[in-house]
Amino acid sequence: MSGALGAYRSAALGIAWRSLHNVFTNPALLIPALIFPLFFLAAFAGGLSAVSDTPGFSYPPGYTTFIFGFVLLQASALGGVFTGFSIAADFQFGMGRRMLLATRNRTSIIVGYVLTAIVRVLVTWAVVTVVALLAGMNVGGGAAEIAALYALSLTVNTIALLFAAGIGLRLRTLQAGPLMQFPIFMVLFITPVYVPQALLAGWVATVADVNPLTLILNTNRELLAGIPAELALTYGVALGMLALLAAWAVTGMRSAEAAG
Amino acid sequence: MQGNDNSIEVAGLERKFKNGPLAVAGIDLRVEPGEIYGFLGPNGAGKSTTVHMLTTLLPPSGGSARVAGHDVVEEGPAVRAAIGAALQEAALDPHLTGREHMRLQTALHGLPRAERVSRGDALIERVGLSDAADRKVSGYSGGMKRRLDLALALVHGPRVLFLDEPTTGLDPQSRAALWDEVARLARDDGVTVFLTTQYLEEADQLAERVGIIDEGKIVAEGTPAELKAEIGQPSIEAVPAEHDQTGRVQEVLNRFGESVPCADGTVGVRLDGGPDLLTDVVRALDGESLRVANLQLHAPSLDDVFLEKTGRHLEGAGDEPGTAEHELVEAGT
Amino acid sequence: MSAAAATLGRSPLPTQVGSLAGRSVLRTLRQPAMIVPSIAFPLFLLAVNSAGLEAATNIPGFPTDSYLTFILAFPFIQGALFATMNSGQALAEDIENGFFNRLALTPMRGSALIAGQLGGLVAIGLIQATVYLSVGLIAGGELAAGVLGVPVLFALSILIAIGFGGIGMFMAIRSGSGETVQGTFPLLFVLLFFSSISLPRNLIAEDWFRTVATINPVSYLIEGIRSLFVSGWDGEALALAFGIALALIVLSISVASHSLRNRLVRT
Repeated sequence: MSGALGAYRSAALGIAWRSLHNVFTNPALLIPALIFPLFFLAAFAGGLSAVSDTPGFSYPPGYTTFIFGFVLLQASALGGVFTGFSIAADFQFGMGRRMLLATRNRTSIIVGYVLTAIVRVLVTWAVVTVVALLAGMNVGGGAAEIAALYALSLTVNTIALLFAAGIGLRLRTLQAGPLMQFPIFMVLFITPVYVPQALLAGWVATVADVNPLTLILNTNRELLAGIPAELALTYGVALGMLALLAAWAVTGMRSAEAAG
Repeated sequence: MQGNDNSIEVAGLERKFKNGPLAVAGIDLRVEPGEIYGFLGPNGAGKSTTVHMLTTLLPPSGGSARVAGHDVVEEGPAVRAAIGAALQEAALDPHLTGREHMRLQTALHGLPRAERVSRGDALIERVGLSDAADRKVSGYSGGMKRRLDLALALVHGPRVLFLDEPTTGLDPQSRAALWDEVARLARDDGVTVFLTTQYLEEADQLAERVGIIDEGKIVAEGTPAELKAEIGQPSIEAVPAEHDQTGRVQEVLNRFGESVPCADGTVGVRLDGGPDLLTDVVRALDGESLRVANLQLHAPSLDDVFLEKTGRHLEGAGDEPGTAEHELVEAGT
Repeated sequence: MSAAAATLGRSPLPTQVGSLAGRSVLRTLRQPAMIVPSIAFPLFLLAVNSAGLEAATNIPGFPTDSYLTFILAFPFIQGALFATMNSGQALAEDIENGFFNRLALTPMRGSALIAGQLGGLVAIGLIQATVYLSVGLIAGGELAAGVLGVPVLFALSILIAIGFGGIGMFMAIRSGSGETVQGTFPLLFVLLFFSSISLPRNLIAEDWFRTVATINPVSYLIEGIRSLFVSGWDGEALALAFGIALALIVLSISVASHSLRNRLVRT
């Protein structure tokens, strides 16, 4: 049993190492994942801070922190998608077939990409967090809240990666990139991006109310502010999404196997 | 020389790339009006660079060239009006149909509006694409794309046609069809054809004269027959059925000519008396009770010419079907 | 010489432009993957932002009580950025697959190529403008300039699309690569967001951001279009917007033409 486990771990780590090596030696792959969150942080926190003066807008740490909650969510989700691009490319250009042949348990391939996404997003978080702090972000939460914040963001990153993996493994072409990116982008923006949920109007308010990412985004902001959050519910929803999308990714792997 | 001349004249033509070697290192050639001239050489020899210079897409670094009586540097527009070119890439817009390509090409060449449709349709029919003319090019096979490419090159009735590796990647049937059309253009319409290729058979069968280029220089030029005659008589190669009889087989063959280099396990000689000696060779081997697993008569090919001039084989020579090798006996002589 | 060749001369410039423009329009319309995102994505962001930022109309001094009306300029500008990518992508494709060389071997003038490429862009620009305006008005937005404002709106948005399209063409000619053109798109996106797209310039609270937005010429393009929706006929805003759009066209087409002279190396 330990032999099989050892082989599984070895395969996953090997795949992760290779993917990370590609990313960190290729600036064109690394830089967009860093630039986009910073861009949105600057554009929204800088351009829309006056919105926090509207009646009913109450968030003690300030607008930069408010926006950081969204930027962290977005960086985590899109970071998972960028790794999904790598899966599509690998399976399009033959590396995927090599991995299918070499691994005993093929779910180790998915785990390898999960590890890749996690390492990539840790780098992104480090950069974005430092920049936000330098820009004046106030953090009201303590160490436990911040740990919970990043653990939740890690879950989001994995959810997005599994979603993208399911698509990448089924379609096995880089042209599937928009199919991975746009749904995530759309779901992210149908949340209280710019104002608290109570200040949303119209159809966006209705959709945001049922969008699971709204719950996660609100929890992000509460943890940053040190306000009590519905952690159990949020984690329950997140882990539920994780389980569903893990099944999506694994069935995608079966599709890739069947294609040969 | 100006006017309606269909010739190509090249003197000391050179092309140097930035900080790099000479891609074309001073070539001289002349192609007579109505001739099919084959420009044969391996990948990277300078064939396409030469074509790009002669079609005015690349200015030469040195030397001169006149195409259809016009200087390629000083009279670029006049050259372009007189030539057609099908370059290495089929260079088609995948979103347009064949017929739409024709409309665009005829319009850009200034054909009167009344003639554009008829000229385009006539050329489409001539290359056998009438059924596919209204389909988008993205759905065409490689052979169909090449045929459309050729038709587009002929839209304005050029006097000189440049074809840069026109049959690379085509199946034998498509290749043969393209050869037929090129031969017809030269024979019936008097078009001068400058054809680059890395395929021996293409140069051998289609070209009236061949220039062999290597590392930017022409190393040999002449008709295929003249070039091969320079090499001499054909050779014969035998694979002994039993390895320990190799020496004796070599001795027998040496009665008929001098040894030639061969692969391991094969012995060969150049037949001093020509291919007529083949029967005598077979009798001699039989007389000595020597069995061979394989016996080949190897007539000189353009690859032999290339080997003689450069010490190397032309790439792909061995992969070409129908080269001048005639496989005779499998076993049991 | 053949009968056909005997009648040939250099085709007139209008014929060349017309043929190339026709091709540009055809191939654009035949690629839904190019058209649909350039219409759907801006509309999606319009919907999300107009609903998500409705509360911003409560900021004292906000010029309208409908954020939808305020933000209706957004898809016009974003659509122009998509036009940049599409026109650049198409030309890069021509260079990469050798079709550019085919055109170079004809008597085609370089100016005809540029004008022709822009033909497709204008066609898409018109479709985009029609869709954005229709959807915006149906969703409840207002065009304060009225019916007479529609041709002005279309003219301005087409000019903006041509100006940005020239940038796309310059990138394509210079690099000869579709990937490089795609890589430019995020940079142009930055120009869009670091502007007065989301709030009026005088209501931007962060000094540094307000300075950047003031320097950014895209702000004036946005404000010109916005003025037609929000205030009606604002001569200054329109003059600035048209002026900058025309300057952008002159600049982008000039650099594109200059690059084309180097790319179209024909003797």
